[in-house]
Amino acid sequence: MEATREQTFQTSGCSIHVLETEKYKTNTIMIKMRAPLDKETVTMRAILPHVLQSGTENAPSAAAFRSALDDLYGALFFADSAKKGNEHVLTFTMEVANEKYLHGENDLFDKALSLLADVLFRPKLKEGVFPEKTIRQEKRSLQQRIRSVYDDKTRYASLKLVEEMYKDDPYAIPPGGLLEKIEPIDNASLYTYYQKALAEDTIDIFVIGDVKADQAVQKMKKHLPFEDRTPSEMITDTGHAGEDVRVIRETQDLNQGKLNIGCRTSITYKDPEFVAMQVCNGILGAFAHSKLFMNVREKESLAYYAASRFDSHKGFIMMLAGIDQKNYDKTVQIMNEQLDEMKKGSITDLEIDQTKALLKNQLQESADTARGMVEVLYHNIASGTSRPVDQWLQDIDAVTKEQAAQAARTITVDTVYFLAGKEEK
Amino acid sequence: MEKNVFDQMKEEVFHEKLDNGLNVFILPKQGFNKTYVTFTTNYGSIDNEFIPNGESDYIHVPDGIAHFLEHKMFEKEDGDVFQKFSSQGASANAFTSFTRTAYLFSATSNIKENTETLIDFVQAPYFTEQTVEKEKGIIGQEIRMYDDNPDWRVYFGLIENLYEQHPVKIDIAGTVESITDITKDHLYTCYNTFYHPVNMTLFIVGPVDPADMMQLVRDNQAKKSFPEPVPVQRRFPEEPEKAAKAHHEIRMNVNSSKCEVGFKMPASAVTGREKLREELAASLLLEMLFGKTSRFYEKAYSAGLIDDTFGFDYTGERGFSFALVGGDTDQPETLEKRIQKQLLDAKEGIHLSAEAFDRARKKKIGSTLRAFNSPEFIANQFTRYQFNGLNLFETVPVLEEMTLEDVTAFARKMIEEERFSSCFVLPKETA
Repeated sequence: MEATREQTFQTSGCSIHVLETEKYKTNTIMIKMRAPLDKETVTMRAILPHVLQSGTENAPSAAAFRSALDDLYGALFFADSAKKGNEHVLTFTMEVANEKYLHGENDLFDKALSLLADVLFRPKLKEGVFPEKTIRQEKRSLQQRIRSVYDDKTRYASLKLVEEMYKDDPYAIPPGGLLEKIEPIDNASLYTYYQKALAEDTIDIFVIGDVKADQAVQKMKKHLPFEDRTPSEMITDTGHAGEDVRVIRETQDLNQGKLNIGCRTSITYKDPEFVAMQVCNGILGAFAHSKLFMNVREKESLAYYAASRFDSHKGFIMMLAGIDQKNYDKTVQIMNEQLDEMKKGSITDLEIDQTKALLKNQLQESADTARGMVEVLYHNIASGTSRPVDQWLQDIDAVTKEQAAQAARTITVDTVYFLAGKEEK
Repeated sequence: MEKNVFDQMKEEVFHEKLDNGLNVFILPKQGFNKTYVTFTTNYGSIDNEFIPNGESDYIHVPDGIAHFLEHKMFEKEDGDVFQKFSSQGASANAFTSFTRTAYLFSATSNIKENTETLIDFVQAPYFTEQTVEKEKGIIGQEIRMYDDNPDWRVYFGLIENLYEQHPVKIDIAGTVESITDITKDHLYTCYNTFYHPVNMTLFIVGPVDPADMMQLVRDNQAKKSFPEPVPVQRRFPEEPEKAAKAHHEIRMNVNSSKCEVGFKMPASAVTGREKLREELAASLLLEMLFGKTSRFYEKAYSAGLIDDTFGFDYTGERGFSFALVGGDTDQPETLEKRIQKQLLDAKEGIHLSAEAFDRARKKKIGSTLRAFNSPEFIANQFTRYQFNGLNLFETVPVLEEMTLEDVTAFARKMIEEERFSSCFVLPKETA
């Protein structure tokens, strides 16, 4: 395995992380802006990436901006908003071809960087604020995006579960924004908020590719002059469990019912027990050899997908399956039984060995893409944890069945959400 | 073992056609952790009429059988092959398309064992009535999941509109009804006809030693015996040039309406580099007409007619090709008319400027380079190209030699109003 280590440089406004590697045919710059999730700001944060790419001073329309990207051999730019525990993260990515694979091209990296800098620092303005027309368009688009979450039933069911389970907890706030907060946004207030985010968010810049670290840092400092600030530590708050298991059932006109069972654990990414919980979740439901897949799908033919997921920055575990409505009781029972098996430590050597092998494989594979590497690094950076990849791999190997079972015993079922389909014809 | 060097891409591909007919390709990727291997048969959902190996008459098999067979390959007398891959640290998977069925794994360790496991399990079918029955429940749920997915429904709805006869119009997984008829004997018939090494390709990409890996595959195959290969005889119905149906609407439990417009093209008459040129002309044309820098996109976006779900796609496979354009919209009728007009204008050469061509071509070159970062892309696309008699590594050189005339000629030839169709997904009336 290639031992690629990032080098980190602190400036007063941001941290710059550089990974020198020749294995890609492209070079990548990623900027992450992090702030606490908040009902009042999330919708503005969700719309910002779209507003920023609808024009810059130098490329004053979305089409002009896209043309500038295409002229750089289809440089890829995208921006999105996501949730990390109770924090909201905006990510801006610029990926551009390494000119050594092209005939007669140079400076592609520098040109792409200055385009990225234009987006963040020199957006198109009218009378000192975002143009009204842009805001009108992007408000409509955002409305459309939020409304269409309803159309993807698997995603809808997961979001509803989180919303029900984490009432009054910022974790329930959807990172894509809230429908009812779109209307009040206007061009001036959004611009004011953007200036505040630009000045106060915790900023991490990643540069990955065929670059020299010192040169890359100089270029970032020059083109991306983030002002001085105090970076914030990420808040990890696992929230509070209710007394009893809540069961929520919604019925829609559907062919398949979506069962999502939400659970809590006190273990998060920061904790030394995190790796044991990762192994625990792996045995329970992350893979095709896992208990949920084997018992819900392979033994009983109840589902096509049957799995569990662990959000380690919150301590949230979700078991999920797509089933016929008539099989609801049976499936809930099997899922609960499998969780109980984990708690009892009914784990075979084969199960734990397979799980460790696949977890290690996942981690090593993620280092093969620039984005994968950044995500692995960012877990540590955002949560203020030190778990380098080599250490992480060793820790996975060291987990015992008893430790995985102990981790399982921290799990409590909190909310069962069932999006029921129609009755069998 | 022959070595092909692609200078510009700085890649090398090793190839050997083994004695039993199996094509093996190895692309060493140093610096990567992951090795990705695909084992693919030139057999997909459209191949539903053929002469079974050893017989003389055509038969017709139930819809969804290629996909069903893919599912059932994983189960063996001593359990599930997923288990074995997991034990060896590999993540395994498979997929079925219109024309291919691919089995694959990715792993960062035990590459040789995993490669042998992959080849061995695909070359040792084990089907029983009981395991076939059990799978019907699982695949039934897979089909129902897609039935609730509006993107899939509008996509397939449009293909059904375009084609009168051709089996591309049949959903790859079949229907809950069609799969009930599938028996273990059907599976063996399809397996014996389409899974002969002569009809298959193994592609290995990762930090491997090519000579070593080739020897491993050679040795593995030398230990097995296969019947004499007979050329696969498939049959497809005659397909008219015009679309079967101009329009169709699907009502679903959704908030957003969707509009897709498509047109089909006559099956390609050219092969090799010419075919690649044709395929690239199609994708450049769509980019010039509907890409994010086109006037069309800019106008439609600012008029609120489209949002960022808007996109386009060209599919060109063995025996059929079509293009699709569309996305979410509040005004499906208006969007449909605009897209159709844009296409008909393009037939006359409108919107096809030299400037737009240069930009589209640069973008395509850049995205091709980016795609070469991805072992998944290389293995899957290389195999697809190879089955179609094309070479993936010629993409950038061919793009560099293409001119605007390639695109205008393609538009003139392929765009015909009678080949158009559209499909909408609309919210159910609440009344």
